[in-house]
Amino acid sequence: MDIAISNTSDKPIYQQLFEQISVQILKGELENGYSLPPIRHAAIELRVSIITVKKAWEELERHGLIYTVTGKGCFVANLTSKEILQKRNEMLLKQMVIDISYYKSFGLTLDEVYELLKEIY
Amino acid sequence: MLALDIKHLNKKYEHFELNNVSFQLEQGYIMGFIGANGAGKTTTIKAILDLIRADSGEIRILGKNMSENEIELKQVIGSAFGDMNFYTRNKIKTLTNVIKRFYANWDDETYYKYLRKFNLIEDKKIAELSTGMKVKYSLAIALSHGAKLLILDEPTSGLDPIARDNLLDIFRELVQDGEISILFSTHITSDLEKCADYITYIHNGQIINSGEKEQFIDTYRLLNGKKDQLDIVKNQLISYKTSSFGFTGLIHTKDLDPSLDIQWTIPNIEEIMIYCSRKEDLYV
Repeated sequence: MDIAISNTSDKPIYQQLFEQISVQILKGELENGYSLPPIRHAAIELRVSIITVKKAWEELERHGLIYTVTGKGCFVANLTSKEILQKRNEMLLKQMVIDISYYKSFGLTLDEVYELLKEIY
Repeated sequence: MLALDIKHLNKKYEHFELNNVSFQLEQGYIMGFIGANGAGKTTTIKAILDLIRADSGEIRILGKNMSENEIELKQVIGSAFGDMNFYTRNKIKTLTNVIKRFYANWDDETYYKYLRKFNLIEDKKIAELSTGMKVKYSLAIALSHGAKLLILDEPTSGLDPIARDNLLDIFRELVQDGEISILFSTHITSDLEKCADYITYIHNGQIINSGEKEQFIDTYRLLNGKKDQLDIVKNQLISYKTSSFGFTGLIHTKDLDPSLDIQWTIPNIEEIMIYCSRKEDLYV
């Protein structure tokens, strides 16, 4: 599991943790059944507070990306490729909403955005 | 279990009072206690330790009432006040020999383990220790008598960034197995961002807010608006600053009308402190 936390980012640290781990799960880099480190241990390693890690893990669980076995820990959930696709799209759409509202503030039409996208893609 | 449960603490002085101070700390976590100079941090801490007698209120530590079980509870509390300015001409060794007699559960092995860990030399005199070393020495003492609750008054003030970072690492390690809880006061807000689970904010002797760090921050929004938007939200703002480009103001998240087209960001702890304390200045 790779995590890089930025203290200067506007995003709360738990959000950064959540996003980085979900990306790795959805890309298949963390496989089904992968055991996440215990919360208190991860907090020391990442040099963040315990509740920050707890919140990130909770968020992952709420999104169905991991599951908890009491007394054993947290594991990456067994997702079908359809579920992975759906969750990935959800995540991408969320980012697109933000991006699109920025383009809209300049009055760009969908076609204009599309043209610009093609240029850099 | 609650490591610390403070209810309706009051203490009146001629020019200052603690007014209905209440907050809780869950066992196994770290709480940062923040506030400006003179806000009441040290007074509260002294009241918790019964170094000053509160006028009213209740303090429970690890489930037990402090005033009824003071002697027993003091065995499990470790405290440190910024400076150590007693017996400064004595060696660490001598001072430890005095202190350890007060504690039934003193463990020499643990003590020497921490001396080594913190690079403390027994033959050094207290006066010869740097600020960071003094804090570490206090911690070593606290941990050697099996303290479950550490109450530290500004342990990081006066430390350089490296020593501070080092100390915060130690804090995180201490709470790892969920036994030890830490309450530490500070006005260095960057200490909290990386280390504290809970934050309690005191201002003019009153608790403004206390809760999980992320929730604490999420209670507020920092608005960046145009001048003509100020009149719309003025009454909801906690306080604000204006410039020729517009205004910046702090608002409770619940008071923010999402249909208003005003830019906002999530403030950091320092901004929350600054704007909350400005509130009063506005009425002076």
